Amino acid sequence: MAILVIAEHTNVALGAATLNTVSAAKAIGGDIHVLVAGAGSAAVAEAAAKIDGVSKVLSADNAAFAHQLPENVAPLIAEVGKGYTHILASATTNGKNIMPRVAALLDVDQISEIIAVESADTFKRPIYAGNAIATVQSNAAIKVITVRGTGFDAAAAEGGSAAVEAVTVGSDAGISAFVSEELAKSDRPELTAAKIVVSGGRGMQNGENFAMLNRIADKLGAAVGASRAAVDAGFVPNDMQVGQTGKIVAPELYIAVGISGAIQHLAGMKDSKVIVAINKDEDAPIFQVADYGLVADLFDAIPELEAAL
Amino acid sequence: MKVLVAVKRVVDYNVKVRVKADNTGVDLANVKMSMNPFCEIGVEEAIRLKEKGIATEVVVVSIGPNAAQEQLRTALALGADRAILVETNDELRSLAVTKLLKAVVDQEQPQLIMLGKQAIDSDNNQTGQMLGALTGYAQGTFASKVEVAGDKVNVTREIDGGLQTVALNLPAIVTTDLRLNEPRYASLPNIMKAKKKPLEIITPDSLGVSTASTVTTLKVEAPATRSAGIKVKSVAELVEKLKNEAKVI
Ligand SMILES: Cc1cc2nc3c(=O)[nH]c(=O)nc-3n(C[C@H](O)[C@H](O)[C@H](O)COP(=O)(O)OP(=O)(O)OC[C@H]3O[C@@H](n4cnc5c(N)ncnc54)[C@H](O)[C@@H]3O)c2cc1C
Ligand SMILES: Nc1ncnc2c1ncn2[C@@H]1O[C@H](COP(=O)(O)O)[C@@H](O)[C@H]1O
Repeated sequence: MAILVIAEHTNVALGAATLNTVSAAKAIGGDIHVLVAGAGSAAVAEAAAKIDGVSKVLSADNAAFAHQLPENVAPLIAEVGKGYTHILASATTNGKNIMPRVAALLDVDQISEIIAVESADTFKRPIYAGNAIATVQSNAAIKVITVRGTGFDAAAAEGGSAAVEAVTVGSDAGISAFVSEELAKSDRPELTAAKIVVSGGRGMQNGENFAMLNRIADKLGAAVGASRAAVDAGFVPNDMQVGQTGKIVAPELYIAVGISGAIQHLAGMKDSKVIVAINKDEDAPIFQVADYGLVADLFDAIPELEAAL
Repeated sequence: MKVLVAVKRVVDYNVKVRVKADNTGVDLANVKMSMNPFCEIGVEEAIRLKEKGIATEVVVVSIGPNAAQEQLRTALALGADRAILVETNDELRSLAVTKLLKAVVDQEQPQLIMLGKQAIDSDNNQTGQMLGALTGYAQGTFASKVEVAGDKVNVTREIDGGLQTVALNLPAIVTTDLRLNEPRYASLPNIMKAKKKPLEIITPDSLGVSTASTVTTLKVEAPATRSAGIKVKSVAELVEKLKNEAKVI
């Protein structure tokens, strides 16, 4: 059995989510190879070769893969993946974009966002916003899977010494083109990798008030997240949304400020180790999952918290 | 240009589903069903393209039980011109759904195909991308902006790091994200008018598509529950607990 893990990366750096996906591959068991599809991505291939448990890295360095366009990358993965029993990618927006296209090219079902490996063909995954957990079994010759990072610990980034092999397959399908990108810049940790997350909701009232949460986050070394309502209202950008249809986080500490606790929001954070809720409505559903609830006006509580840290 | 929108009948997003006692699935008896919210956004976008004079016809398609006519009628009331129901009582996986949609695409030849990014029941997030593979069309997933320009469509996508814009050759596939638009409500006169709009019912067999799957669900369980903790009285108490009890700061 050999498993192909698709590397998540920016062409210059390996994405942390790849490490969780390698752990999922280890849980399945077998030889683990990593495919790096990128452009000018030699450094990523080198980093992937050092991941503990990886025995080979395939480096497909081609201008057509620079922006991870699925029309170009999916045929590559489907071609390279033919020799494997499993193809795994992180359930990032990139993995979600590409992997179903790979699965359909291979004429197999895809299994989305697994959180546990029961055996080489049986996996657990949340459905209905995490209100149910399905155990699914696949008899596909090649199992195409995306992995939810919060379900698996990160594999050690150092310790391996895999060989890097060049892959020359790949071309531009000529039907899509990259135009532009607006990436959020932040010195804070990545939302899905942070040990502490401070999130704000509609109760924050506007974008300026998020500065209060930023200051707390900086004191705690935390990332800042948001509810859908805060994103929809334009307080903060879309990449901060935590929830069923946003990012899934499971930090050591999650502080929800002015968030009511709709099931779609809970789906994205209820596996956090410790949950704190600050809300002025004592009946807010968020308190049903909070380890520590503080019924207070956030405009009093947050400055006080900042001073206390 | 013709726009095809795929809409799925799902449990309403306000319902907190419960797992059945025999662990075979979730209990959907007497539960409110609605159009998948992301599909509503797809219908809205297609209608706006028609209002702008870019789309000439909006066709909606659903794969599901006879009752999915309700969601198709809703789409017609919102402004779609015509509906197709591929009727089946089987719970299909995304690949089977995609094969049926591909057969409909072959018949209808739309220039733009809109789907939701994710069905809120299966939480699969697969169908649009799979349809891209089977049609060979380009895909713009998780769209927060769609602009048709000549023989291309520019799609701004919500990605983990922020936003990305891609230009796709038409015909193309777009899957909707939450910020693409705010769907309208159907007015009573339009609901009445929708009853007379064409709704064709066909079967997977008539499309010559096998809906077999490589995946089976062995069981469905309730997630580990989290019990409510304590209420603290002050910020000082909160900080003390986080430091000394939870030891997380
Ligand atoms: C298809 C679909 C997908 C969705 N996906 C997501 C998702 O991924 N993530 C997500 O978060 N939501 C998602 N939602 C939306 C979800 O249903 C809720 O609407 C949303 O989470 C509500 O955000 P909120 O808690 O910030 O706002 P509200 O529900 O309006 O709550 C605001 C809270 O702030 C409190 N508050 C107000 N002022 C103060 C104050 N001064 N001090 C203290 N507390 C205050 C109020 O008491 C209230 O509890 C989705 C919905 C749909 C239909
Ligand atoms: N049974 C169905 N009928 C019509 N469209 C569907 C169906 N299942 C999925 N889709 C479309 O595919 C999108 C994504 O669904 P999924 O890939 O299942 O998460 C939905 O928002 C619909 O647009």
